[in-house]
Amino acid sequence: MSAVPTPRRKQRRVASAASRYTEKAIEALIYLCGLSAIAFIVAIFVFIGREGLGFLVTHLVEMLTSTDWSPTQDPPVFGIVALLAGTFWCVGLSLVFSVPVGLGAAVFLSEFAPPRLREGLKVIVELLAAIPSVVWGFVGVMIINPGLQAMGARIGLNGLNGAILLALMTLPLLVSLGEDALRAVPETYRQAAIAMGATRWEMVWRVLLPAARRGLLVAVLLGVGRCVGETMAVLMATGHSINIPKGPFDPVRTITATIAAELGETVRGDAHYQALFALGVLLFLITMAVNFVADFALRGRRTR
Amino acid sequence: MNGTDVRTAEQATAASPSPTTVAFADLASRRRTESLAGLVLLGAAALAAIPALAIVGLLIVRGAPALSLEFLFGMPLHGMTAGGIFPAIVGTLWLVGVSLAFAVPVGVLAGIYLSEYAGEGRVARIVDLAIVNLAAVPSIVHALFGLGAFVLFMRLGTSILAGGLTLGVMTLPVIITSTKAALQSVPHSFRLASWNLGVSRWQTIRHIVLPNALPGILTGIILQVSRAAGETAPILFTGAAFYLPILPDDVRMQSMALSMHVYALVTQIPDVPLEMKYGSALVLVGTVVLLNSFATVLRYYLRRNRKW
Repeated sequence: MSAVPTPRRKQRRVASAASRYTEKAIEALIYLCGLSAIAFIVAIFVFIGREGLGFLVTHLVEMLTSTDWSPTQDPPVFGIVALLAGTFWCVGLSLVFSVPVGLGAAVFLSEFAPPRLREGLKVIVELLAAIPSVVWGFVGVMIINPGLQAMGARIGLNGLNGAILLALMTLPLLVSLGEDALRAVPETYRQAAIAMGATRWEMVWRVLLPAARRGLLVAVLLGVGRCVGETMAVLMATGHSINIPKGPFDPVRTITATIAAELGETVRGDAHYQALFALGVLLFLITMAVNFVADFALRGRRTR
Repeated sequence: MNGTDVRTAEQATAASPSPTTVAFADLASRRRTESLAGLVLLGAAALAAIPALAIVGLLIVRGAPALSLEFLFGMPLHGMTAGGIFPAIVGTLWLVGVSLAFAVPVGVLAGIYLSEYAGEGRVARIVDLAIVNLAAVPSIVHALFGLGAFVLFMRLGTSILAGGLTLGVMTLPVIITSTKAALQSVPHSFRLASWNLGVSRWQTIRHIVLPNALPGILTGIILQVSRAAGETAPILFTGAAFYLPILPDDVRMQSMALSMHVYALVTQIPDVPLEMKYGSALVLVGTVVLLNSFATVLRYYLRRNRKW
């Protein structure tokens, strides 16, 4: 039995001695590409940090205390309070809509929907996820904004418009991550609850939601991360006016929109250019933080 | 043993009748809550699904009249207020092509590394975390990176090459994760069988694992194409031009792009006929949605036809 394969293997080895170097080369390449994701994350930070980190450090106080963003004035003022307010105003408003709807839909898909309806709804939600952000901006300008004005909003684009778009854009993420979190709850939990005489809703409310709490929280967190970084839709649909919003119908400007709108007009290396890269560093750090917190929360659940 | 149980239950009921009574009295209201909750959740699901259908429907209804051969294959005229969108379509093909040429080899090899070589160790975890983070980097930050790294540092200038590479870096996580998943879905016994015949690690991957995972990898590539075709922010400053009515024939040129064109028509240029705006958006959404549907169908048949 063992006598037969051994000589063959030896033969093979001799025959492929030359190709073993090719194999080593290929495996080296695989290793290299495998680490490319790390390399790119580092490269992104290095390239935006090179232009923006110094500015961020030296101007941090000015940026975080002034509401005035006038980069082309003389002297320029780089206050980002209004931009931060615009960003989190839109994100916050969108969450008011997207969290209940998204997690509700996730519960429905995972616990209530019959299999066929479930598959159908999932296809549609995937479709929603595939729509490019520039098309959402288009929808905001061409469809939602006229609708809002018909309902009595001031003429012009506003923060609510952007918030509605962000909500629609994050729904697929909330639905699919929320459903994953619910499905990760062991079947025995459901059986135990039903055996105790709970109705389906009581099982969801008293057993599943508490058990899936961390996963659902992570879904919301990642949704926030996505919203904060969203660019085209808020650039096109929020009205592009730098102020601290006092109501949903005020026009606002976000951090992302500011970079997208102004980078084309700057000269490489001047303060304005560096300020926009500093905003990029800030965005990068915010999304990294969101991801690490989410990862930490998920890992905590696994080891528990 | 059974008898004891029953007796205990009876005793419990006799001793404290209130829980049973309360439960029965509550049952009607509990059932009402149950059906109300079902309805509310159904409503939430409907709210999540209806906008997608409404938007696609509206785009089709308002955009379809604009679609014609002259619109799809014509040059834009009069500062983009008339004519077609052909250079934008061709430009998007170029940009997506460059991004594919970069992201497919790197992404597939990275997927192979994660599935076949990395194991469960610390390095694998760090790479996983890096991929998740790379996928979450905002598109406008990718734009800044593309400008700093490709346009300026590597001196590629504002060009299809720089824009395509930026898109490639951005969509890399899509390909890595789908390749990894496709490879991992190939049963481990296939590898064991191959190794036991004395076949080396790479040869096993090349001749056993990759062919079995190919459709799954393909699905990921289609999703990458769809994603790259729809992105706007990363190409704003790296490769796309607002108005450049010529067909590119070199990666060192700038080009128009479909996503950029939709942005320009809506926000930058006055007096564009409504039909043209909707038509351009419809072509973009149509491309992306068709690609995604194709990937979904492919995945569905894959799952159904899997023999192991």
